[in-house]
Amino acid sequence: MALVIRAVRGRRHPRPSITRAVLAIGVAALLAGTVAACGNGSSGNASSSGGTKDGFTQAPQSSGTLTVWVDSTRVPAAQAYKKAHPDVKLNIVTYDGDANGSNTLQTKVDLYDRTGSGWPDVVFSAENNEISWAVNAGFTAPLNEGLIPSSTLNNFATGSLAPCTVNGKVYCLRNDLAADVLWYNATLMEQWGYQVPTTWPQYEQLGLEVAKQHPGYLVGNAGDTFTPEIYMWASQCQANQITGLRAVTVNVTSPSCTRMASLLDTLIKVGSMSKLSVFSTAFDKKEKGKVLMLPGPAWFGGAVFDSSSGLNTPKGQITVAPMPQWPGSATPSTGDVGGGLWLLSAHSTHLAEAVNFITWVTGNNAYQADLAPGLPAYVPAAAAWLANQAKSGYYVGNITSTLQQAAGQVWSGWGYGQFSQEAIWASAIDPGLTAGKTITSMLPAWQSSITQHAQADGYRVSQ
Amino acid sequence: MNLAPVTGSASTRPRRAPRPIRAVRGLKAGHAFVAGYVVLLAAFGIVPSAYGIYFAFTNSANYFAGLSNFTAAARDFRYLPAVGHVAGYLVIWLVALVVFVTALALVLHQLPARRIGRLVRFLYYIPGALAGAASVMVWLFMLDPTVSPASSFLRLLGYGTFGQVIEPGHLAVLFAMIAFWTGAGGWIVVMYGALNNIPLDVIDAARIDGAGRWQIARRIQIPMLRKWIVYMVILAFATGTQLFVEPQLISEASLGVAGRDYSLNQLSYDFAFQNNNVNYAAAISVELLVVSLVVAAVFVTRSRFFDAD
Repeated sequence: MALVIRAVRGRRHPRPSITRAVLAIGVAALLAGTVAACGNGSSGNASSSGGTKDGFTQAPQSSGTLTVWVDSTRVPAAQAYKKAHPDVKLNIVTYDGDANGSNTLQTKVDLYDRTGSGWPDVVFSAENNEISWAVNAGFTAPLNEGLIPSSTLNNFATGSLAPCTVNGKVYCLRNDLAADVLWYNATLMEQWGYQVPTTWPQYEQLGLEVAKQHPGYLVGNAGDTFTPEIYMWASQCQANQITGLRAVTVNVTSPSCTRMASLLDTLIKVGSMSKLSVFSTAFDKKEKGKVLMLPGPAWFGGAVFDSSSGLNTPKGQITVAPMPQWPGSATPSTGDVGGGLWLLSAHSTHLAEAVNFITWVTGNNAYQADLAPGLPAYVPAAAAWLANQAKSGYYVGNITSTLQQAAGQVWSGWGYGQFSQEAIWASAIDPGLTAGKTITSMLPAWQSSITQHAQADGYRVSQ
Repeated sequence: MNLAPVTGSASTRPRRAPRPIRAVRGLKAGHAFVAGYVVLLAAFGIVPSAYGIYFAFTNSANYFAGLSNFTAAARDFRYLPAVGHVAGYLVIWLVALVVFVTALALVLHQLPARRIGRLVRFLYYIPGALAGAASVMVWLFMLDPTVSPASSFLRLLGYGTFGQVIEPGHLAVLFAMIAFWTGAGGWIVVMYGALNNIPLDVIDAARIDGAGRWQIARRIQIPMLRKWIVYMVILAFATGTQLFVEPQLISEASLGVAGRDYSLNQLSYDFAFQNNNVNYAAAISVELLVVSLVVAAVFVTRSRFFDAD
């Protein structure tokens, strides 16, 4: 018997759900002689002495170390806060930022809920759909019910708090605006006598010309998990229309999707659209100096072009134009990739410090204007950030108005569900793309994958 | 890979010391040795399993749910593909493990120079010394043609990007390779030890009867390794059905392109933490437990594992 038990327990990482959660309570249960007694896994963290304030039940407050979770890109934000507040004890924890639908945050919070302790006070997340589970889980605190004054919240750009808002309550702060624009190399465009395309057909035409006249150069990239959030979202593709708390409409074989899929297929076929991820080492190696245009979010400037770990494009070449549009569409539309959220834990026992931290990192110029790679969502910081960008002279001309305009043109028909559109695209489309299939041929598979994942999360899916 | 508990409990049981005083003393020492293991077994083996079984048969409101968690989990769109993936991976991995471990142990045993033998044994064992996830991390670099030391080999096979290397059809083979690299070394050393236990006079007798190396291996050594091979297969089967680290890390490294929801254990993990359904997750875990127990029981009875020689 010992052998058999060992046999099934021999794994390094077995049944994580049960093993870890049970360590503390499980042993106690064994001593008590009953396992069933510990069956209730829900947390009992709400403290009687805390009470309801600011719109939620607060834990008893105390002073102590403030624990903040950030991704590696946001570490400078936490460090800048520490520098500005030497008296605050800060525990900075780096994690993957929940990017690409990794689901780390939800996993950990679920474990902390079971053990009744361990939650971080403040969390940065690169995923814009956190609120879809974090509110139900009771993890995030509402911020506009007394914690943060409306005068501060009103300083966030119009619509930028949409991914944070449920039934009028704001549950997070937006880090930066991530609307998609058309990044391009002004030097090369001028040298080769190309016009910046304003419509998608023009863009496609230019992609075909580039493939012929300057083979090897790129007009875009379709190999990232957020590719649908650049092209499909901008094309108003109905892949992610959240229509209710647990309802979504998915119809990716409609013309608004197929037109963009076929455009991408055409350009991938001729070679002016890359199938690599902009964050892959292969892309940096192969495409350095070969990017003529690159539709993508506002943060591409700092994260892809002006980045020593990215393309490292020299100063004075890169600039932005508005995203191309489909002829005949009533209002210009674009997509949005991430942008990052700051969440404040409702379990925090240092709410005052946590609020101070979260408002500082989103609004203070010492981080947002001077260090942040992307356009701040906090308007006063954004103005200072843009002034800094203009001063640095990295970009050709003034990129301010284009970025600000794009932020207001994000199509609202693409929502923030609990299922990760990035993860779905990655597994449903990317392998086929690598194997040489067209996106158009994979749209039905995309449709069924979104449907299945949404249903698994309890969504009612209509077409 | 630690054999101590098994050999320990097996050797204490059948022995009947003639004098009662020694027997009592031996019993005490035996109990003391086993006690630590029993505590850990209870804390990390039996209690979590019981807790898991409890979850598997109840619903989120803690009411008895019969088999509904099992049927609902099996109806999930990711379930059958995951079963297929794990089955395919197991076939490749177990065959590779049995064939190569036995062959390499025999080769190692035949090495004439002791020093080389020792060095090779050490080399086989090194990968196993890296903790699970770390050894998979090594492979993430190996498999990316832009940074891999074996990039020219990968390119020769026609794979220029990480995405091409990890296309869905390759995954079972890749995971089997990773698992073999991390786990086989320890088994080779175990098999080598078992080979050393085969009495020399048996081998000598065979040699005098005119058996060559091949015949000795086939007719003497491999049959006498049978129990060790069975033991390895039982443990490897249980480990293999719980495939998790390899696909999970590949999934994170490829940003979800490959390996997400690949194995049953990952699906269980997703149920627990993404879909917030511990009961479905536990149902899958219990299935894995039952399958491993059944397979172990079949192997043990069929091979007469516990019979004394």
